[in-house]
Amino acid sequence: MALQSLDITRRSASPTASPQARKTIEIAKLIDVSTCIGCKACQVACSEWNDIREEVGHNIGVYDNPTDLSADAWTVMRFAEEESNGKLEWLIRKDGCMHCADPGCLKACPSPGAIIQYSNGIVDFHQENCIGCGYCVSGCPFNVPRISQKDNKAYKCTLCSDRVAVGQEPACVKTCPTGAIQFGSKEDMKQVAATRVTDLKQRGYDNAGLYDPQGVGGTHVMYVLHHADKPEQYSGLPKDPAISTTVQLWKGWLKPLATIGIAAAGLFGFFHYITVGPNRADDEDDSATNVGRNEEDKA
Amino acid sequence: MKPQLIQRYSAPERINHWIVAVCFILLALSGLAFFYPAFFWLTGVFGTPQLARIIHPFVGVLMFVAFARQFFRYWHHNLLTRDDIQWMKSVKTVMQGHEVGDTGKYNGGQKGMFWMMCACMLVLLVSGIIAWRPYFAIHLPIPLIRIALLAHACAAIALIASIIVHVYAAFWVKGTIRAMVEGVVTHGWAKKHHPRWYREVTGKQK
Repeated sequence: MALQSLDITRRSASPTASPQARKTIEIAKLIDVSTCIGCKACQVACSEWNDIREEVGHNIGVYDNPTDLSADAWTVMRFAEEESNGKLEWLIRKDGCMHCADPGCLKACPSPGAIIQYSNGIVDFHQENCIGCGYCVSGCPFNVPRISQKDNKAYKCTLCSDRVAVGQEPACVKTCPTGAIQFGSKEDMKQVAATRVTDLKQRGYDNAGLYDPQGVGGTHVMYVLHHADKPEQYSGLPKDPAISTTVQLWKGWLKPLATIGIAAAGLFGFFHYITVGPNRADDEDDSATNVGRNEEDKA
Repeated sequence: MKPQLIQRYSAPERINHWIVAVCFILLALSGLAFFYPAFFWLTGVFGTPQLARIIHPFVGVLMFVAFARQFFRYWHHNLLTRDDIQWMKSVKTVMQGHEVGDTGKYNGGQKGMFWMMCACMLVLLVSGIIAWRPYFAIHLPIPLIRIALLAHACAAIALIASIIVHVYAAFWVKGTIRAMVEGVVTHGWAKKHHPRWYREVTGKQK
């Protein structure tokens, strides 16, 4: 969706600012895990709207199918069987890009404009600029981006940026039969979540809460969890996601250090040569220069 | 060869060196492009950014293989001795253009540079393979790839800074570039900079 260029607030590998004048409303998708029935209509809607078809895989004994995100499956339902208070709980989570406010993929990407963030909060991949290096995969704290085996480009959920740009909700939201997925301004979604959390608490889920992790500046896909104290139970949703320290060092600290190191080596050589001068063996055929130098020394 | 010149590097040695050098330049330029957003245009050395991403690792393997050949040519000339430590301690004097110690084929600085390059090349190869898409990275855990990417960048920067010093040293000590281009050095050059090596190759006492 490169046409929305004025609404792009951040571009990968672009040291100078993007146009900042236009301010759009920050949006969010709210996934209420406690209302989800695991029907996978959202997976189908995603596949339909985005014209992507993952190959039919094999049953591995659980409902997960496809079993993982891929370049052709931008959202998957993950089914976890967990025990709490002596009761079996079937925790179903719709996994996909979280659209972080501080996206690790964008920070890691070396290709200008291959990853962009709209002012509404959507993080989108522009595959025409993607070089297939996989740095976004390393940058992501949620293990979301996937490199296609067919074209070596990175893919993930776009939050239907094309639909949102024309005032429509994402395809998964539109299709969800239970209303477990809602879409609106981030403020509104937080309010909806707060109501739902209060409701869950009244029904005995003391640790119910909103998942909007601040380690990545908050996300534009949020979950209502009945066990917000243990997000890991939901098929490994990270408790305190943040861009990895390794990636921070690599994309942050190392750059100025490298600049200083390389510049120091070059400048040292230059100033050494123009002050100390060349190191010549005596019998070289440049006696004229040597004579001149010796005279200089004498004077 | 003129009688007053001494052979320092044979033709195969020179070809080997320049294969490594050309690979290094291509890798450094494309690598800096991946590292610094403002220099992304340097991916142009391989045509397009996508091509640069594809070709960079293959050139890297070629550089490693060619460098490995150099390693087996030169490692025994680069074992550090007490004289070399003395040389490194007197590096200030050396920089003034004075010689220190009875230097053999390589001085302490050159030996240090040799082992520095070896270390960087090894780190670059291992980390480069770990991060190499689509062949290897897809089979490896993400935290390992993150460490590899950081290590690759660190080793590359260390190598680039080292090579700047290496190139400058060759440019500063007149007559050195000729050794790696034409393969020969003058008696004066050998006597001044590598006296022990000079005696070894000429059989002269002084």
